[in-house]
Amino acid sequence: MAFINLKNKLVQAKIVFYGPGRCGKTTNLEYIFKKYQSRIQSDMVSIKTHGDRTLFFDFLPFDMGKIKGYDVKIQLYTVPGQIKYNATRKLVLKGVDGVVFVADSMEVRRKKNILSLKNLQDNLSEYNKNIFKIPLVLQYNKRDLGKDGVIPLLPLKTMERDLNGKLKVPAFQASALSGKNVIPTLKQIIAKTMISLKEGLK
Amino acid sequence: MSYAFDMEQIQDIEDILTKELVESGVHSVLLIDMAGNIVATLDNGQCKHDVYSLAALAAGNFGAVSSMAKIVGEDEFSLLFHKGESENIHFSKVNAEFLLITLFGADVTLGFLRLKVAEAIKQLLSVMDDSEID
Ligand SMILES: Nc1nc2c(ncn2[C@@H]2O[C@H](COP(=O)(O)OP(=O)(O)OP(=O)(O)O)[C@@H](O)[C@H]2O)c(=O)[nH]1
Ligand SMILES: [Mg+2]
Repeated sequence: MAFINLKNKLVQAKIVFYGPGRCGKTTNLEYIFKKYQSRIQSDMVSIKTHGDRTLFFDFLPFDMGKIKGYDVKIQLYTVPGQIKYNATRKLVLKGVDGVVFVADSMEVRRKKNILSLKNLQDNLSEYNKNIFKIPLVLQYNKRDLGKDGVIPLLPLKTMERDLNGKLKVPAFQASALSGKNVIPTLKQIIAKTMISLKEGLK
Repeated sequence: MSYAFDMEQIQDIEDILTKELVESGVHSVLLIDMAGNIVATLDNGQCKHDVYSLAALAAGNFGAVSSMAKIVGEDEFSLLFHKGESENIHFSKVNAEFLLITLFGADVTLGFLRLKVAEAIKQLLSVMDDSEID
């Protein structure tokens, strides 16, 4: 739940990158950090294992500048994707205002994507939030791997049917590693989140 | 969904934190919500902490400790305190939604701090009661 400080005209909202283990959530934040260093006054915080897997979350506060006269601060988080970390994953979702679901385009990850999306729905509902109502954007990540044809990728149609058949939310083909469509994904989720908050901004 | 505190509420909150805590010698104090958003942050003018990261980590840490409490059959662990060489950090739950984080040095005892925190929380609750949620 976003916080609006009417004295300092400041809005803080929380956007969470969700998805199965190794789909590229942390890589998204790393790219954003690199790209927008001037807007980010602090370091990226990462609570991770020695093997660079997210253990609790990554955190990046992002200044949006002014919207309707309010300074907007977006707090970006990633969850740990590995199944065993559901307890901490659920904690990160607390008070979430918008979600980017990052799906892994590798064919072998098809089932993991579907399970993770279902897990998102379940965890949101524990906070009385509905996956069909919360601002949500999909990202089909690692599309770059399809280029040389060595690693089989899921066809977009399949991903759309598996993940977006009922949700019907904006979806981006992306490569978090090269940065392709990382910023458009971010802009889209911020726009959706701000629209859902705008009633609160008088 | 969002919630807001109006100008007067924020002013009252800042006054309480200043009077009860900053003027009692704490280095820095943050009132945050459980999502990690910062409602108010005040310090003695000599602190250069990254408060946004601190808030995110504190909310996560508090959530993790609360979950551990549940696993072992406790409602809550009442004392959340980390001691350092020159800086200590104290967490206190205000209510289901808010958390008060205090950073203080060796010149303030834990007992005194807890007294001050309890007093501040009592006053904060009466101010925050009428926040708008939509
Ligand atoms: N080729 C390619 N590799 C990627 C892409 N995005 C991420 N990777 C790689 O995939 C691996 C896992 O990426 P992470 O960002 O750590 O994945 P994560 O989703 O944060 O994983 P967890 O923290 O375990 O949930 C890393 O080796 C990345 O370099 C991409 O778009 N293309
Ligand atoms: Mg990660």
